[in-house]
Amino acid sequence: MGAEVVIEGLSKSFGSQPIWRDVSLSLPPGEVSVMLGPSGTGKSVFLKSMIGLLKPDTGTCVVNGTDIVRCSEHKLYETRKLFGVLFQDGALFGSMNLYDNVAFPLREHTKKSEAEIKRIVMEKLAMTGLSGAEDKLPGEISGGMRKRAGLARALVLDPEIILCDEPDSGLDPVRTAYLSQLLIDLNAQIDATILIVTHNINVARTVPDNLGMLFRKELVMFGPREVLLTSDEPVVEQFLNGRRLGPIGMSEEKDSATMAAEQANVEAGHHDGGTEDVRGVVPQIQPTPGLPERQGERRRKDRVMQILHTLSPEAQEGIIESLSPEEQQHYGVRPHQLVGAGQHAGGGAAGSTMPLPSEHHGELPAEDVANRPGDRAAESDSGRHTDAQWWSNQ
Amino acid sequence: MTTAAPPRKIPGLGMLRETGKLFALGLDVARGFFQRPFQLREFIQQAWFIANVSILPTILVSVPFGAVIALHLGTLTRQLGAESFTGAVSVLAVVQQAAPVVTALIVAGAGGSAICADIGSRTIRDEIDAMEVLGVSAVQRLIVPRVLAAMLVAVLLNGVVSVVGVLGGYFFNIILGGGTPGAYLASFTLLAQLPDLWISTIKALIFGFIAGVVASYRGLNPSGGPKGVGDAVNQSVVITFLLLFFVNFILTAVYLQVVPPPGS
Repeated sequence: MGAEVVIEGLSKSFGSQPIWRDVSLSLPPGEVSVMLGPSGTGKSVFLKSMIGLLKPDTGTCVVNGTDIVRCSEHKLYETRKLFGVLFQDGALFGSMNLYDNVAFPLREHTKKSEAEIKRIVMEKLAMTGLSGAEDKLPGEISGGMRKRAGLARALVLDPEIILCDEPDSGLDPVRTAYLSQLLIDLNAQIDATILIVTHNINVARTVPDNLGMLFRKELVMFGPREVLLTSDEPVVEQFLNGRRLGPIGMSEEKDSATMAAEQANVEAGHHDGGTEDVRGVVPQIQPTPGLPERQGERRRKDRVMQILHTLSPEAQEGIIESLSPEEQQHYGVRPHQLVGAGQHAGGGAAGSTMPLPSEHHGELPAEDVANRPGDRAAESDSGRHTDAQWWSNQ
Repeated sequence: MTTAAPPRKIPGLGMLRETGKLFALGLDVARGFFQRPFQLREFIQQAWFIANVSILPTILVSVPFGAVIALHLGTLTRQLGAESFTGAVSVLAVVQQAAPVVTALIVAGAGGSAICADIGSRTIRDEIDAMEVLGVSAVQRLIVPRVLAAMLVAVLLNGVVSVVGVLGGYFFNIILGGGTPGAYLASFTLLAQLPDLWISTIKALIFGFIAGVVASYRGLNPSGGPKGVGDAVNQSVVITFLLLFFVNFILTAVYLQVVPPPGS
């Protein structure tokens, strides 16, 4: 299972210019989180602070019990081995070919034989679609390939935490979609905690379990994806819709006069820049069929259902609708229940053919939670299987 | 008022901070000398590279340098009537002062600038960060072998400059200046002594260290973007030169105090 990252009260400034203040969040283990923010809000600085490349002024960032901000150098290097980081341009070593680049962490940190290194490197290169390019130098390949090679290198040590700095920048939409799928598949396979820093709306809407947004030198929000996707916070709404109308301006902020003028323009029929209204919760990307189920997704469902009552009605609605009818029954929730529409959509019919689980309080046993119907049938008589077993049985 | 007053700008504080960071890197590198694993491959590659770029310029500079000293001394000693001392003074000047300084200037100018540009471009491409994040210390992996290489090459080149400089002096003094070879060679040990050779070597070692550390420091901290790397290279050479002459002054002063002149 991936490591948990708990950040509390983190602040960073360059000279007298604050970058962000008092950022507190925790990346739940094994879940995929996305940090959004307009250009220049210090997203990359945030990422670098998390791995101790930059030293924040105050606050703590605890990974596996080690405070990255204040620990000794030796401890820092040890903790960093848990991380796999994908930099904006891949940050490959220009003097080495792709093979040596990907093999570098293995050669530095492990005593594996060359044959074993070769096997692992080839596997990771194949995973990122780079088979056959291992002899190329980073200068000889396209930006997209560099990025994928950077990801391959970040993965060779089987990291528990993967940080991606704008995996989509400079990539076409198709490759971005592939990369998103790759990250989700990875999460399903190695159950790593993933944080993606981006300003791509599509990635933000379809990939993560949790979403956060940095703006005006602070963390505006961080929480389950449904909360931000249904949020009526002006900044979040503007950003997720890619409109000009709202508090974000060409420079970081805009004044009220500009806002009023723009509002007037839009009311007079001038286009606001957004291509379509994309509010609301869209389905999340699922692992490629054949891969094990994402453990993080299971845990997240438990976690989110526990805090469900604290969320906004729209977010609750989104979360409940994203559950399968069986899951809705497990958790004892129904769609539209909260807004009082009183429809018993789907859930009742499917539920009548399935045995109802016994009642639980707090966390459910693993076999009762978030299984797809197929899983349940396979598991019903033999009790608790690990996913690997289940997968190999198929 | 809840907002804190902006910190007052103290002139010179920035410079002091930079100096402190430079020293910190110097200490880190010095500590890295003794840490395992040692990057032998990188060290050999770098030493070969630095030697490659600096050996020819060094020889080309040291011949006229030795000649200038010899010619100057030749006329000077003739005026003073101390012609027999020409060789002694020439060898002293070349070995103790000219050789380490010339070596360091070339190592800084040819090797240091290349190191700075290399490290600088790696920094702006996030390669250094990537290496740190992979749990590999960039100082240990990249900087230490380079500084050691600069030191080794400086010491070796120091020997080359000494020999070539003395030979150049001999050539210009005896063949062109009409001096007597016997007197020239015999006076070698009159003023010069073995500690002169030691201090020369130690100077070269220290200058090589300074050139390597300054180049690496500027390379690790370029001020933003590709233009910053160009500026950093420029600055690294200038800073090294300044430090070089200053440190040379200190070392010479200490040496003259500590080591008694021959015959006293």
